[in-house]
Amino acid sequence: MIRTPLRPLARILRARERGEDPNEIEAENRARRHAEIQLRARQRADTRLMIMAAAFIIAFGTVGMRMGALASADPQEPRVQASGARILSQRADIVDRQGRVLATNLTTHSLYAQPPLMVDPERAADELVRVFPELDHERLTRDFTGSRKFVWIRKVMSPEQMQAVHDIGEPGLLFGPREMRLYPNGRVASHILGGAGFGAEGVSSAEVVGIAGVEKAFDAWLRDPSNNGAPLQLSLDLTVQRAMEEVLGSGMRVMRAKGATGVLLDVDTGEIIAMASLPDFDPNNRPSPLVEGDPSDSPLFNRAVQGLYELGSTFKIFPVAQALDLKLVNENTMVSTRTPMKIGKYFIRDYHNYGAALSVTDVIVKSSNVGTVHIAQMLGPERQQDFLRKLGFFEATPIEMVEAPTGKPLVPSRWPAVTAATVSFGHGLAASPLHLAAGYATIANGGHQVRPTLVHRRDRGNGPRVLSESAADTSLSLLRQVVVRGTAKQAEVPGYSIAGKTGTADKPRPGGGYYSNKVISTFASVFPSDAPRYALIVSLDEPTASVGGGESRVAGLTTVPIAAELVRRVAPLLGLAPDTASEVPSVGRRPEGALLVAAN
Amino acid sequence: MRTLMTLAAVLVVMGLAFWAYRENYRTQAVLSHMESVQRETAGLRERLGTLNAEWAYLNRPERLSQLANRHFEQLQLLPVTPGQLLRQDQIAYPMPRAVMEAGTDPFASTLPRPPGFPPLKPRPAPETAP
Repeated sequence: MIRTPLRPLARILRARERGEDPNEIEAENRARRHAEIQLRARQRADTRLMIMAAAFIIAFGTVGMRMGALASADPQEPRVQASGARILSQRADIVDRQGRVLATNLTTHSLYAQPPLMVDPERAADELVRVFPELDHERLTRDFTGSRKFVWIRKVMSPEQMQAVHDIGEPGLLFGPREMRLYPNGRVASHILGGAGFGAEGVSSAEVVGIAGVEKAFDAWLRDPSNNGAPLQLSLDLTVQRAMEEVLGSGMRVMRAKGATGVLLDVDTGEIIAMASLPDFDPNNRPSPLVEGDPSDSPLFNRAVQGLYELGSTFKIFPVAQALDLKLVNENTMVSTRTPMKIGKYFIRDYHNYGAALSVTDVIVKSSNVGTVHIAQMLGPERQQDFLRKLGFFEATPIEMVEAPTGKPLVPSRWPAVTAATVSFGHGLAASPLHLAAGYATIANGGHQVRPTLVHRRDRGNGPRVLSESAADTSLSLLRQVVVRGTAKQAEVPGYSIAGKTGTADKPRPGGGYYSNKVISTFASVFPSDAPRYALIVSLDEPTASVGGGESRVAGLTTVPIAAELVRRVAPLLGLAPDTASEVPSVGRRPEGALLVAAN
Repeated sequence: MRTLMTLAAVLVVMGLAFWAYRENYRTQAVLSHMESVQRETAGLRERLGTLNAEWAYLNRPERLSQLANRHFEQLQLLPVTPGQLLRQDQIAYPMPRAVMEAGTDPFASTLPRPPGFPPLKPRPAPETAP
């Protein structure tokens, strides 16, 4: 490019001749050159901006077009994907601690009708009633011949029924696929599993939702596809659970009881190995709740978790353990057992007169109310409440069932001296058998708090210590004495040493006061007593044992033999080796449904 | 030279077009095959779930105990009792060879075959030491 010189000689000379300042020429030229440079720079910047704008328009235009295309296109299943990915619309299975199925899914079909498509509505109604006798013929005919466009007929049905409906040959009868929850073991663990039903329903699918128990408590988890189909593993053992239900069932019949409860708990982890409540139900066909009367009479009622009972003398070990822990007594300290004992205007009595005094061991072994009250008085109400609170008797159990919060113990709001006295021997405070199991597990595991759980391997570590190891050991030896020479002699099982405490509590009348001939009899135990691993609670509602022509309701004769039979059945299943070499028993035919009470 | 280049380029384009055509159809064939495999997998999974459910139903404790009672004559099954758990030193191990060679099979008499079971196969003769 040709640059114009700043001082062109010709103009300078001419200017000099005229006497003008040649510097003005230079300034003028310099200004012109600057203007040109500015103009060029602006043009280049303009071009760059245009290019940038074009690039952005193309880029965003592409994105926008793609979005528009995606939004307007019909949705399509991704065809290219890893074949390992599974369609996870299914609800996850529930299995026991050994992986045996407790709840699973089954694909069946639902049946619906579209009356406008029907050829012969009246014949269809006739034939349908023949296949499903429970249907109302009149109503079906009315629905089919009326103005309805859509009628649900069955939510689920068996393949045979489906074939029968196919055979009707009516084009207006249509099937929709249905996923159904199946509990293959029937009544086993029914209260724990709860049940499932249909939530939102469509023609091509329906949502399976938990109604009660674990199914409801873990509903979100079971339906979460991100678990990749992993089953929910419960701490239950199917075989042990079934054995418990069988033994409790026959025990309930023999003792003519209204209901029975059993809880078997691992004392270290708090895992529930088996938990039964009779009468039970079939979760595949869950009965509807009672609309009137006492809800606890319904088979849906879970006595082990929801049932709040005054658990009687089984409570006595708690004040004694606490007094041992605080070193207020030792097992040989003599305690006054002079009966009746007067507190305010109330009298506390023992069933028998045990004389002036008993050692702490004998207070437990002979189950003296008065002796226990004296020990509780040494503690004082604050410390007594504090200890029971630490054992979990003031709160609902943290078990993973939707019914758990309803099992919040009935704790007296005020704690006068007479309440402190009655609570010490298990009256005036109503808790569930599961609470009691957790309390006994604390004594059995060396004094750590236990939080019962239904989930296998939910490792939460040891709970905080609430009782010293030596106090727990001594309490355990007291409980062992109860079986060796006390009220629970029938709990001696060859091969296994059981430690436990009986409790027989009068049932409260709905209107106040207590029944004289209705009791809750409970046996709370731990085994094996030298190195406890399991806590077992067995409780019978209104049992009566026939003893020598008469009747007896005490736990030692009603609940204890059942608990002993349970240990005999369940301990080998748990893999506990007997500690003595006993002879292999002879094999004899088992009477159908009868209680097996082996001679000791 | 230029004609040759043009001809070569045309040939390359035709080749590529043919290759792309074939790849396109092969891809579609593989995709539809994969779909059918996936459908089959889903069907088999569903069937597996049904079979698992059936297996669990057939193995429910109630049915097993009924079967054990019905076939008691043959099976003699009873609930496990504490007496059936033994320590290791209480288990009879196979006899030393000398006893076997004496001609008495220690297990032959102790365990009678339940009725309905096939008789025991004869044991191979013990090896004779050279």
